[in-house]
Amino acid sequence: MNEINPLLRRGLTQRRDFLKLMGLGVVGMAAAACGVEGQGGKQNVTQSEVEKYWAGKAKNGRLNWANWVGYMEDDRATLKGFTAKTGIEVTYKEVINENAEWFGKIDAPLRAGQSIGFDMMVMTNGLQLEQARQLGYLVPLDHSKLPNFAANVDPALKDPSYDPGNTFTVPYTSGITGIAYNTKYVKEPITKWADLLNPKYKGKIGMMGDSQELGNVGLFLIGVDPEKSTPDDWRKAADKLREQRPLVRKYYTQDYIEAVTKGDVWITMAWSGDVFSLAGPEVRFAIPEEGGTLWTDNLCIPSTAENPVDALELMNYLYDPRVNATLTEFINYITPVPSAKGFIVEDAAAAKGEDKELLESLVTSPLVFPTAADMAKLRRYRTLTQEEKEIYQSVFTPVPQGS
Amino acid sequence: MRRRLTPYLLILPGGLWLTAFFAVPLIMMLSFSLMEGNLIDGFAFTFHWQNYTEGLSTYGDKFVRSLWYGLLATVACILIAYPAAYWIAFKAGRNKSTYLFLLLLPFFVSFILRTVSWKFVLADDGIFLGTFKDWGLLNEDFHVLGTTFAVVAGLAYNFLPFMVLPIYVALERVDARLLEAARDLYASRVQTFLRVVLPLSLPGVFAGVVMTFIPASADYVNADVLGGSGNVMIGNVIYLEYFNNSNYPTASALSFTLMGALLVGIFLYARLLGTKDVLEAAGR
Repeated sequence: MNEINPLLRRGLTQRRDFLKLMGLGVVGMAAAACGVEGQGGKQNVTQSEVEKYWAGKAKNGRLNWANWVGYMEDDRATLKGFTAKTGIEVTYKEVINENAEWFGKIDAPLRAGQSIGFDMMVMTNGLQLEQARQLGYLVPLDHSKLPNFAANVDPALKDPSYDPGNTFTVPYTSGITGIAYNTKYVKEPITKWADLLNPKYKGKIGMMGDSQELGNVGLFLIGVDPEKSTPDDWRKAADKLREQRPLVRKYYTQDYIEAVTKGDVWITMAWSGDVFSLAGPEVRFAIPEEGGTLWTDNLCIPSTAENPVDALELMNYLYDPRVNATLTEFINYITPVPSAKGFIVEDAAAAKGEDKELLESLVTSPLVFPTAADMAKLRRYRTLTQEEKEIYQSVFTPVPQGS
Repeated sequence: MRRRLTPYLLILPGGLWLTAFFAVPLIMMLSFSLMEGNLIDGFAFTFHWQNYTEGLSTYGDKFVRSLWYGLLATVACILIAYPAAYWIAFKAGRNKSTYLFLLLLPFFVSFILRTVSWKFVLADDGIFLGTFKDWGLLNEDFHVLGTTFAVVAGLAYNFLPFMVLPIYVALERVDARLLEAARDLYASRVQTFLRVVLPLSLPGVFAGVVMTFIPASADYVNADVLGGSGNVMIGNVIYLEYFNNSNYPTASALSFTLMGALLVGIFLYARLLGTKDVLEAAGR
């Protein structure tokens, strides 16, 4: 057994070295102490700025698209049709699980002006989209290249409050946050959020961790319209959700759908279309009596996109009613192109057997074509100012963390 | 002259690397932890030490839980790793390296994938629980996922090699003649183990504890994949505050609090065991 080299031992304990390290530390502190600059709040874009961005940009024949899970046919038929028509090759990846998580991933590269590897992405109206917009992470769209959008978009979705004039985004789909339950285990009909507080289902209840989604449920539970809620309501809603917490198995992101299909949870918060496109046949969806959340997922182009012209062309393509009908038949969310319904009816008439049934149920499904009565029950997220956002997050973030 | 410079030149690459990618980020994090502000308006350095007090008051129980889980996982690792390492070192004969390789084989697969595969194995209606439930041996609502047991077991499994290897190395170095000598001096098998082998292997255990306890306490993957609403660890909170809320000051303050807690823990442990052993272990 060798004796430890005394030189080594000395080196570790010398005070001089420690002081040197301290000195280095002070220099680093001084360098970092200046703070980190804000990115300002840019929202209004003039026509000339739009033109300036698009000037000299050319079609490259390729495109990378980041989307949410279950947001495209399994065989990617829509994309194949697009490639056949335009010659643009699309690399399509379903990498988005949660808005906050996605924003966390793209924030640093976009701030540094680096590529995020995608030319088009899908973000839900809400905190993160607002942040991305204000931080200048999105490209202003050239609407002269989006004739299909102008012609076919649902007027109710045009010019939304979260993006006036559709300056940066166009809707991809809309959906409802409600309740999914697995009929293999849950024998009674589920109709309201309060069912998620039933002690009978202890350990088999799933919730979403996203603070806006979760917050809305809390607000519905205490009977407050989320769009008109105040910070006091938020605190009450958070307390209500804390009350529920001992019953909750887990606060999920996109993985709730797997859990409810496999039976890890029996009853869970869910997004309407997922239940049809991703879950097993025993899983049902309900729009709760207290109200559900209506959200819109939007196509947008990140500021560092390498193929923005190609992305714009795909946006326009997706607004073709024929194309959109095929897509809607798979993803089962509310389409922003109402005229797609006619094509789905046609497809249903032409189809046979099981497919026919499926398509017919789609046309009458309140989740794809909601009735006026259903729409009346739906609310959007609360629009938050920067100041309110901090309060909102400090109220709801700790809930799924168990604090 | 050249001889005087040589040690510095030798340390230069490592030193630069550590400065650029360890010291500077650490110091930046420290300064972040004292800032206030938000992503849009920017963050300003204001000695906002409330980040620490607020972090502790909101998430204090997560710190306690993380250290507790880390401790449980470490103890589980020792109980599993010591006998295995002992057997390989003394009884495996010529096939030592084969057994070591077998032990490490699962760890050639990605950490995440290993954890996710546990999720499938332990699913409520999965291959084990589902079968037992069909046989009527378990209640329909019995589950392993989403419990403390699942998280601690996952942690212990994932950090096992960090315990096995140092203990094995320490045991492997025990001179067989010492055991013979002990027997010649009429020590029983138990006495030989307790008074000769165990003390000689303690430095390995110490190294193993340090290498298991620190990453296990700071882990967030196991709690995320295998845990439930009651198993959130401090790593999950830091991840969330940093990536989801872009709340860099709070995330940094929580990180430094965790680092402080771990350092205190390790120093206390080193004191109890005697630092001399550690230095000797490092010197061998």
